[in-house]
Amino acid sequence: MRFLLDTEQRAFAKTLDGMLGSSDTPGTIRSWAAGDAGPGRTLWSRLAEAGVFGLAVPERHEGLGPLPVELSVAFTELGRHAVPGPLVETVAAAALLGRLGDRASAETWLPRIATGAALVSLCAPDTGSPYALDADAADAVFVVEDDTVWRAAGCGPLQRSSDPARRLSRPTGATVLVEGPTVRAATAYATDVAALTTAAQALGLGRALLDHTVAYAAQRTQFKVAIGSFQAVKHRLADVLLALEFAQPLVHSAALALASDAPSARRECAAAKVAAGEAAYAASRTALQVHGALGYTEELDLSLWIRKARALRDAWGTPAACRSLVLAP
Amino acid sequence: MDLDFSTAENTFRAEARAWLSAHVPTSRLPSLETAEGFAAHREWERTLFADQWSVVSWPEEYGGRGASLLQWLIFEEEYYAADAPGRVSQNGINLLAPTLFEHGTPEQRARVLPPMASGDVIWAQAWSEPEAGSDLARLRSTAEHTEGGWRLSGQKTWSSRAAFADRAFGLFRSDPAADKPHRGLTYVMFPLDAPGVTVRPIGRLDGKPAFAELFLDDVFVPDEDVIGEPGEGWRVAMSTAGSERGLTLRSPGRFTAAAERLARLWRDEADPADTALRDRVADAVIGARAYELFAYASVSRIAAGESIGAESSLNKVFWSELDIALHETALDLLGPYGELADDAADAPAHGGWAEGYTFSLAGPIYAGTNEIQRDIIAERLLGLPKGRR
Repeated sequence: MRFLLDTEQRAFAKTLDGMLGSSDTPGTIRSWAAGDAGPGRTLWSRLAEAGVFGLAVPERHEGLGPLPVELSVAFTELGRHAVPGPLVETVAAAALLGRLGDRASAETWLPRIATGAALVSLCAPDTGSPYALDADAADAVFVVEDDTVWRAAGCGPLQRSSDPARRLSRPTGATVLVEGPTVRAATAYATDVAALTTAAQALGLGRALLDHTVAYAAQRTQFKVAIGSFQAVKHRLADVLLALEFAQPLVHSAALALASDAPSARRECAAAKVAAGEAAYAASRTALQVHGALGYTEELDLSLWIRKARALRDAWGTPAACRSLVLAP
Repeated sequence: MDLDFSTAENTFRAEARAWLSAHVPTSRLPSLETAEGFAAHREWERTLFADQWSVVSWPEEYGGRGASLLQWLIFEEEYYAADAPGRVSQNGINLLAPTLFEHGTPEQRARVLPPMASGDVIWAQAWSEPEAGSDLARLRSTAEHTEGGWRLSGQKTWSSRAAFADRAFGLFRSDPAADKPHRGLTYVMFPLDAPGVTVRPIGRLDGKPAFAELFLDDVFVPDEDVIGEPGEGWRVAMSTAGSERGLTLRSPGRFTAAAERLARLWRDEADPADTALRDRVADAVIGARAYELFAYASVSRIAAGESIGAESSLNKVFWSELDIALHETALDLLGPYGELADDAADAPAHGGWAEGYTFSLAGPIYAGTNEIQRDIIAERLLGLPKGRR
């Protein structure tokens, strides 16, 4: 047993982190929120070139995967930089189509997902949300309900999210692609992939919030000393690190469980989702409190991270739903 | 990255499981915090030792099996899954032994470790003093050098299990003139039945005599009972403190076993409509799994040549809070039965959570309070500036 990322996986994370760090993601996020998908699509292509989406696509469909461990590594970096777009939905749709095969037009969509040519959204009302993320910017919107997969013809009016970079709408005018009992198993797998990648994204988001806040606390002075020297501030930040450090191995282990199709995969993805989602949310609350009124404005880029934390905590399995799964027999 | 165990590790697990299932007492031993229970647990230590299971990670020459850290984790998982008795030798095994392996002489190791492994000598720690808890730099008990040894004087307190133990180890101020309060301390082992030692048991929160205070009046100890260099006790003790807070004090097996018992209790007893309680049970299960996986990651890092330093403070805060959450949730699940002490006639049917609950309440206090641990996390792991406490 060696429960650590290998050199290649760590190098992959570092490459993505470097690439995203030099990409003006705050500008991209703001454009995306304003309805201009241009910079987001450019960034999407670069992510595809780095291999991110190929990780969710089987080799027979021109991908590299499915590789859940590498996906979780990549999504931690996407979260760290708060990259906008239907990232989770695209890889979850790839997982769904990959399992259903050609009846679900996998041969049409999977190669395009792998190369970054297609942004895809996925809506699974049975898991909680009736909305598809970023359907207005997506090239296809798939809907799974009971034992049916639909492809939406369009989307209803945009519903504002508390995170402006998340654009929500209801899929409309569906065409049935596949029906039958195989859909349920494929959907279960796809929603596990969605839970895992959302958890990884939350983890990265939380890490970034903590890093920014620690740096701020070390330089901001009040009463003539750095606020980071106050025990009350230190202890809040220590608690954030604790939550993130103990969520991380849950995310890794959930990825391994998915990779080996372990019977525990569903429970492990749910556990990772609860822990990482709550950790990132706690990180956002602490980031806001330590930044004070400065953090309570949307002018500061930090707001882009703060507002995403609550949404990620609840997307693809609310904490309550995930806790039920953890205890399911 | 994988979580698969090797064939050798699986064989080791099977061997441990088989031995435990053949030897774990079928009825619960009396609490080890009582005279009767202490004696029964000492016998259990001897049973473990007879088949080399008392200190699996130690070298064979001292009674161990030379097991790897991962094998030790596996043994601990099996140990708690088998609901085996608590370890009365844990102060010695978890705190003194790592210090001797790091700072002791070969003579000290050969003399002290085998009887510790066999349960013939059971150790208490004597670190805390009335004026010094987590702030060990304020220790005032003294060690004065004399012909062939040292004379110890002063008072130690909150010494776990000292009421029944044979020997103790602690820090004493040997150079009151040292320039800094954490200099001039010496790490000493001494017998609890030596002339000049008075042991006064103190009832714990649940009334059991689990603590004691020790009064030392000119107690002689020979030079060979000093660990490390005289005056270097702080540095020697810090390596022990790392062991205490880190992996070896609270292995994950204890929490995963408790979380499983809790989940069973929830399935058997809980009102399914009480989602607030369900969420707490789920969080305890998730927390125990997180702690287990974190340990696997730490062991993997140590095996890869990295060392674990201030990160042991993360462990300490996490397990101590998890332990309380597990027990509080169990008591809430038991409803009106949660109030029963373990020795109440109706209690055994409900799993004996009461003593575990009392013990868990001490977790955030001992081994360096969680406030001190959070300072360490903030300063050493996050790099925040030092400040007034």
